[in-house]
Amino acid sequence: MSATPKTSGMAKLERDAVLELASKNRRLDGRALTDYRKIKIETGIIEKANGSAQVTLGKTKVMVGVKVQMGSPFPDTPNEGVQTVNVELTPLAYPTFETGPPGENAIELARIVDRNLRESKAIDVTKLCITPGNKVFVVFVDINVLDHDGNLIDASTYAALAALMTGKFPEYELKDGEVIFKDSFQPLPINNHPVPVTFAKVGKILVADPCLKEEEAMSARLTVGIDKDDFVCAMQKGGIGELDSNEIKAAVETAINKSRELRGIITEASK
Amino acid sequence: MSKEKAPERLIDDSGLRIDGRRPEDLRPIKLEVGVLENADGSAFIQQGKNKILVGVFGPREIHPKHMVLPDRAVIRCRYRMAPFSTEERKNPAPSRREIEISKVIREALEPAVMSEYYPRTVIDIFIEALQCDGGTRCAGIVAASLALADAGISMKELVSACSAGKVGGQVVVDLCDLEDKYGEADLPVALMPNLSAVTLIQMDGKLSREEFEKALDMASEACRQIRNFQAEALRHKYQGMVDTEEPPATGEASK
Repeated sequence: MSATPKTSGMAKLERDAVLELASKNRRLDGRALTDYRKIKIETGIIEKANGSAQVTLGKTKVMVGVKVQMGSPFPDTPNEGVQTVNVELTPLAYPTFETGPPGENAIELARIVDRNLRESKAIDVTKLCITPGNKVFVVFVDINVLDHDGNLIDASTYAALAALMTGKFPEYELKDGEVIFKDSFQPLPINNHPVPVTFAKVGKILVADPCLKEEEAMSARLTVGIDKDDFVCAMQKGGIGELDSNEIKAAVETAINKSRELRGIITEASK
Repeated sequence: MSKEKAPERLIDDSGLRIDGRRPEDLRPIKLEVGVLENADGSAFIQQGKNKILVGVFGPREIHPKHMVLPDRAVIRCRYRMAPFSTEERKNPAPSRREIEISKVIREALEPAVMSEYYPRTVIDIFIEALQCDGGTRCAGIVAASLALADAGISMKELVSACSAGKVGGQVVVDLCDLEDKYGEADLPVALMPNLSAVTLIQMDGKLSREEFEKALDMASEACRQIRNFQAEALRHKYQGMVDTEEPPATGEASK
């Protein structure tokens, strides 16, 4: 059951400082309202994974490993491979992250990343079918949050995308219905590059790429996923506050512009 | 098992949808307030083939105690689909989808509830989707907001909700299950109409910026219509309590 979370441990003074700055259109770390923190993307860091990436967004650090294994298709899509996304908010990333099965925050995060990839058809699942209705490739995208300083949604999706874009899966041949894997690998079929842009509503304004302190002072959060052709492919509001529709429309416009720049950074790092 | 087939076309030559609606038409909605004996507040919504029951308990003492908030009520929400609510039986264990929806529904209702009036308590909202036909999170919010009002909980405004989306190249509102499955995009929105405050927005699919703006406007307009039905349903029940001659209370409104 979903319950109102405990209010954060942030001191009231600090929260007031964030809000006070926001009332003057300013931010704690001096960034402009739509500025992202410094992004660093490394790929191919886990040899045993089919694809991997680590994204550092300010002080937020997220690692993604992609594994590709043989499995069964869903009955309603017999000709398509399967995409699954899971998030682990590892207890080393933040004092209040606990061990145990994923909670609602981890599940929501995984589902937002999944939605961005799935709805933009980032992975061409039709190219991952081995024998229709029987054997397909399953792409496991496992996200490990290593250091939490806000905006896990964007960091996780960028890392997932970089891991997929540099990911490889085995070449194979069919002999008498048997699947025989070769020693060689081929790149994962990636068709689209969805880029989410997340905003926090702090006081009366929206700020992009919120750091943890801004997230703790925010009333609501809005993620807008934009695909490579500037279409909106995913969206999610979070938090117990509200937004107005003009604010949302403006956020979509900002997201479209911002996503181009961010997509450039991700594709450059995933060459 | 499933008999369902993908429809050939989602919009016909005269621009009508598979169930004969125009793009801006809602499905018929029936709202009933106060349908359960034991819950402090309850409501039932039927929207197309959706049948959803909501019960609210509280404000009441909170268990476990460590969840207590000193300055406001904790709001807890569970959205659950009955195993028989869908074509294929749904496994009764809570799915990741249900966990996410429970969270976004709670976040859609919290801005309306004046939780600071009830410190150190909990308000529990239980949403049981008995039959699902697309747009259950929105229908659940509409009924939950009535159930909260029925429980006598102070609210700034009723929360209304409706989805918009794109099917067969057209921007439409209130997608049914088939339109959701085979359409191009789905955009559920919850709104406090008289405050113009969006409390839930999600989207999946593919929309251009222009289509998105149109869909958001259409969903907001649909929310305003539904808010009138909600007010009517509440009025029916509570007028019924004043005037005993009146039969108790079904707020019925069709398109």
